[in-house]
Amino acid sequence: MTKKIKLSELGSLFGGIDVQALEGVKIEGDVEIDLGQLGMNPQMAYALGHETAQLALHLMNISRILGYPVDQMLGAAPAKPARLSKLIESRFSVGKIEEWKTPIQEVVLGATSSDGGTRKSTITLGGETALPYYFDGPMPHRNHITMDVFDMPINMAKAVKSNYEDVINSPAEWAKKVVRDFGADMVTIHLISTDPNIKDTSPAEAAKTVEEVLQAVDVPIVIGGSGNPEKDPAVLEKAAEVAEGERCLLASASLNLDYARIAEAAKKHNHVVLSWTQLEINAQKELNRKLMKQCGVARENIIMDPTTAALGYGLDYAYTNMERIRLAGLSGDMELNFPMSSGTTNAWGAREAWMVSSPLKEDSDWGPREYRGPIWEIITGLTLSLAGNDLFMMMHPTAVQVLKEITQTLYGGKESEPVNIDNWVAAVI
Amino acid sequence: MKLNSPLQVYKYLPQINCAECGDATCMAFAAHLIDRSKKLDDCPPILKDEYKKKYTELQTLLAPEIREITIGTGEHARRIGGDDVLYRHQLTFFDPTAFAYDVWDTMPEAELVERINKITNFRKFYVGKFLRVDMVAVRCVSGDALKFAGAVKKASETTKLPLILCSFDPAALKAALEVVKDKNPLIYAATEKNWGEVAELALNYKVPVVLFSPDLDKLKSLALTFREMGIKDLVLDPGTYPQGKKLKETFERFIMLRRAGIKEGQKDIAYPIMAVPLNAWLVYKDAVTASYWETVLSSVFTVRYGDIMILHSLEPYAMLPEVHIRDTIYTDPRTPVKVAPGVNEVGSPTKDSPVIVTTNFALTYYTVESDLSSNKINCYLAAVDTDGIGVEAAVAGGQLTAAKIKDTFQKANFDFKDKTSHGTLILPGLAARLQGDVEDVTGLRVMIGPPDSGRIPGWMEKNWPPKPK
Ligand code: B12
Ligand code: SF4
Repeated sequence: MTKKIKLSELGSLFGGIDVQALEGVKIEGDVEIDLGQLGMNPQMAYALGHETAQLALHLMNISRILGYPVDQMLGAAPAKPARLSKLIESRFSVGKIEEWKTPIQEVVLGATSSDGGTRKSTITLGGETALPYYFDGPMPHRNHITMDVFDMPINMAKAVKSNYEDVINSPAEWAKKVVRDFGADMVTIHLISTDPNIKDTSPAEAAKTVEEVLQAVDVPIVIGGSGNPEKDPAVLEKAAEVAEGERCLLASASLNLDYARIAEAAKKHNHVVLSWTQLEINAQKELNRKLMKQCGVARENIIMDPTTAALGYGLDYAYTNMERIRLAGLSGDMELNFPMSSGTTNAWGAREAWMVSSPLKEDSDWGPREYRGPIWEIITGLTLSLAGNDLFMMMHPTAVQVLKEITQTLYGGKESEPVNIDNWVAAVI
Repeated sequence: MKLNSPLQVYKYLPQINCAECGDATCMAFAAHLIDRSKKLDDCPPILKDEYKKKYTELQTLLAPEIREITIGTGEHARRIGGDDVLYRHQLTFFDPTAFAYDVWDTMPEAELVERINKITNFRKFYVGKFLRVDMVAVRCVSGDALKFAGAVKKASETTKLPLILCSFDPAALKAALEVVKDKNPLIYAATEKNWGEVAELALNYKVPVVLFSPDLDKLKSLALTFREMGIKDLVLDPGTYPQGKKLKETFERFIMLRRAGIKEGQKDIAYPIMAVPLNAWLVYKDAVTASYWETVLSSVFTVRYGDIMILHSLEPYAMLPEVHIRDTIYTDPRTPVKVAPGVNEVGSPTKDSPVIVTTNFALTYYTVESDLSSNKINCYLAAVDTDGIGVEAAVAGGQLTAAKIKDTFQKANFDFKDKTSHGTLILPGLAARLQGDVEDVTGLRVMIGPPDSGRIPGWMEKNWPPKPK
């Protein structure tokens, strides 16, 4: 149906109606503006200050806003829009996310003497009620960083290694150094020498290293196995025993090893279990469920590691996996609302982090690698922090320092002198 | 977009199943419009006059929540905005964040040209393509309109990349626009103070324009006012504070704007958002510290809703992570990136050249391929169909097996007796455990290469040609 709107009708149709009030109005059928009575095009009429024509223009603008092809219908050049002399006053507002009703589980790492441990202080992860740094609800605890220490010298990128050459043969000294000099909140002792294909160090021997580290530093610690699924349960059991009551994080329980033994060790000696799966949200649910239901691990003793892939090497999977896990947790999935941990050190596996220069001559110059490596670790961690990650396992001191700075800034824990950005355009840099 | 099921879209289509769009039915085409893998103009019948009304209506209903705008002209023109979701797994993000790097009008001309060339030529190979940066932002530092116009002129002669003209002085913007009026530059910026004159410029020169105000009420006022005047191609700059609580508030403003636009359908502010990580340089003077912090800001706002940003550091250690994090966030999560399976030639292989097996995960394939070709290794490279999964995960998940490997060569009619003098194939180091199986199934000699294909050249020196049995 074609509806003709005559200019003579315009006054009564739109007179006194505020344009904004017309938004959402749906005009059914074709709108046709009959300009016959006017005998001139609206632009010209506008120029002449013709009152009815002004109304016509107004209608055209409204029609255009509603998506009607008025310009084609007129067959004329687009109308000269009205110039405004005053800003249209307005208020911006936006709601909060209603679905986020379930807080992330709070988990305490480390125990002080009053709780049966020997740590000077403890660290609490979790408790979020929104995506990280969002305004929808409080984020009670900041992100934390645990730095890697190995129980034997290992291959490291040159930029990393140069920081540890003096302590590489002493896990205790290494641990002291990262806390004292590099601001580590926690220390991770990786018992990689226990791998049967490396040194096959016995669980008892490895447990001594754990004791040394506990004596060397007073921050909470993470105890990591070698990743060998046959050997790890025995190694972590023994380590858990000597660290009795310290609320260490045992890394890790996974679906491809006897997770029940690790869960048992944690329960018996008061530790926390790291529930590690490989980039698969359903596997993460399954393992958490098994730890809770089958092994009886309490909710406040579970942290998840959904796997970290480096920037350029699968970070898209890792990021989205974590973001989905966190959104599910906040929205009420009680099998996924646990704090998360990231093996951010994986970033050093990316070629861009360690190679001297690009293997491709077509690439632009990659520049000095000593600057590329740390920033690769920073951006990998930062991206995951935005997805909801709470605890970062890291290696390079600069990376640790910068990641702390940005995550604490977004958390709201950093004051600074105000910077005037009003005329950044003319800044001399 | 306002429609969310193919059935709703179908109602507007011609419903004649003529298949001209490449889909067998209008319903199938409707599904592609919903997932945005096709455009309405791909259906020739609906372009006819008789469907004009439905076409127009559907076009409006299919429009993304965040307005999509174009900057620049020709092959280097760049679209920004265009998003429909808050999280990439809900669909995918469209129109990757545009990266503009700055030059300024007080630079000596030779330096300006050199810097622009560096920006234009930057490239980083990744998964079969080059990651690049998009625009040049010319800043008016001199305060002199003529000088500014001069720099803009030189910039436009030096590069085809789109330009952003940055000045709060309408006279300077006007002088610059005169020089590049046919290039569809983005102008920066209209503020509470200068908006009337800047709006006039946007109207007269028909160019997209940035509105700047850290106060979201004011920003919305500006957007409403410009829209009312008929200016639709708007970009919002809610101010990028580089530090402290103000930075946290900046982050929150980005979230608020995008949530209002997508979740709440507030059309008035549903425009692309601009971040200015360059502001890191207002607080850090040391180049490494400033570059690091700028990269950090750039990453935060690539992940959280920046559609376009202005940057300063051209250090490779800043640019490489920046282009990679953008690729990470904007890669389409619905499709694993893969290459066609088959046996391909690298260089010009002969009977004595090695035959190398890898997977059809694009990241894996192109990494291996570029390692081989840039080291001038002539060989056959077999991409096994692992559903686009890399070597280690495919071995673990059962997509890379002896049978699959045999199948790949069979389908390609690759006969080892014919094509090679050695009857040998090389497996990736991370697939070592398949060695026995592959020997049994193919009857070939199987060698195990290094874990990283970057080490193939060194490995070849020691192990190739294979010693006769
Ligand atoms: C991203 C990733 C995924 C992604 C896969 C994305 C994809 N399209 O491939 C997803 C999330 C889907 C995934 C799933 C799984 N993954 Co996964 N995943 C990774 C991760 C983080 C990175 C892998 C990667 O992309 N590497 C980069 C590519 C380029 O490497 P590449 O293909 O190996 O190629 C290199 C070399 O192999 C070599 N090369 C390649 N071809 C050739 C040829 C020759 C001749 C030579 C000499 C060399 C060579 O050079 C290449 C460049 O360096 C790794 C952990 C890690 N940080 O490495 C785990 C990892 C590979 N995954 C693992 C596992 C177990 C799985 C799952 C089975 C988990 C599960 N329980 O569901 C599934 C299996 C899925 C399936 N197969 O269907 C394990 C494998 C353990 C093992 N050794 O068996 C790993 C190592 C994680 C771990 N530490 O446990 N994964
Ligand atoms: S071209 Fe258009 S009319 Fe023809 S099948 Fe495709 S959608 Fe239907």
